[in-house]
Amino acid sequence: MELFGFAISFILVKNIVLTQFLGICPFLGVSKDSKNALGMGLAVIFVIFMSGIVTYGIYHLVLIPLEIPYMRLLTFILVIASLVQFVEMVLKRFIPSLYSALGIYLPLITTNCAVLGVALANIDQGFNFTQTLVYSLSVPIGYLIAIYLFSTIRERLELSDIPTPFKGNSIALIMAALMALAFTGFAGIA
Amino acid sequence: MDKKKVFIAGITKENPVLMMFLGMCPALAITTSIDNGIGMGLAVIIVLLLTNSIISLIRNTVPNEIRIPVYIIIIAAVVSIIEMLMQAYTPQLSTSLGIFIPLIVVNCIILGRAEAFASKNNILNSMIDALGMGLGFTLGIFLMSFVRQLLGTGVLNLHNMFDSSVVFFQFNIIPKDFVIDIFTQPTGAFLTLGFLVAIVNAITSAVKKHQANKKVEAK
Repeated sequence: MELFGFAISFILVKNIVLTQFLGICPFLGVSKDSKNALGMGLAVIFVIFMSGIVTYGIYHLVLIPLEIPYMRLLTFILVIASLVQFVEMVLKRFIPSLYSALGIYLPLITTNCAVLGVALANIDQGFNFTQTLVYSLSVPIGYLIAIYLFSTIRERLELSDIPTPFKGNSIALIMAALMALAFTGFAGIA
Repeated sequence: MDKKKVFIAGITKENPVLMMFLGMCPALAITTSIDNGIGMGLAVIIVLLLTNSIISLIRNTVPNEIRIPVYIIIIAAVVSIIEMLMQAYTPQLSTSLGIFIPLIVVNCIILGRAEAFASKNNILNSMIDALGMGLGFTLGIFLMSFVRQLLGTGVLNLHNMFDSSVVFFQFNIIPKDFVIDIFTQPTGAFLTLGFLVAIVNAITSAVKKHQANKKVEAK
């Protein structure tokens, strides 16, 4: 039950995009179409979950015993980059339908700061393995919710009459502000 | 290549924060105070200068197929060094920027400039480009933090980042009862950037119109 509250707090209350500001680039870049946003969100769930577990293992089983924790940034970014490559190859070989759906978003995930952010937060906040599992799963679920909701709003914005200087990213950012305001309403839950 | 043009482009036409929408995460997250904004800006300038010059030096030796991983490793190494230096010499700033210092590694500006500029140009031009882009980024997040700190807390101040007890200046502009608290919160970050971008858009289109009119008159 405690873990459930822990998960809810990271999905809604401390939403990674709207309160922690991680993964903003794809949040603005891949949210013009709700189908693509859904694909991006699913790919992110997969990569964050895998990289969270792998980096946690590497930090505690390799870097700590060797007493080189300052190498974490270098190793983590390598792990993430190769993991993304690996996921891409496996999907291409075994689940081609999912690969073609996620295809173009996979390489973009390497530079999504949410991935490295979650890997670093697992270490910095001193989570144990169960907490790492729950955290690495609930954060990207929050990401998926935020980017999908945001993309459906943006689809409607396309049709509305907006003052010229506000067109494009400006109005999108203001919409994100309103969404962030709405998400602060969840603060009472956890 | 015109060095002045390269330098100016990073600050105005290709401003990473306000025009290109690169490096948004730190621009939104840490701009609650001018101290943070300037500290982050300086960290990015230093990282960008180092990575751009290193990558420019090795641009002809790195095989084309593996250039991106090589760039990422160089960037991660430089950021690790900066992170440790900041922990040692600017502990206060390091605490308040927190996870966003190691996240400079995945800041799109750094890899973007490495790929788009440093891998094709000599070291001097790459350094000028790094300086221009870095200053452009700093200008963008300085504007953000200026607005957010002013409206959110009513106070404008700047501390010495190496010794936080030294205050460079402190102005109490808006009385405590009239501050808009929401500007220090996430909502305020998105709102501030949204309006800043709209203002920049309005200015650019006005400038373009002015230039077009001038051309017509000249004819």
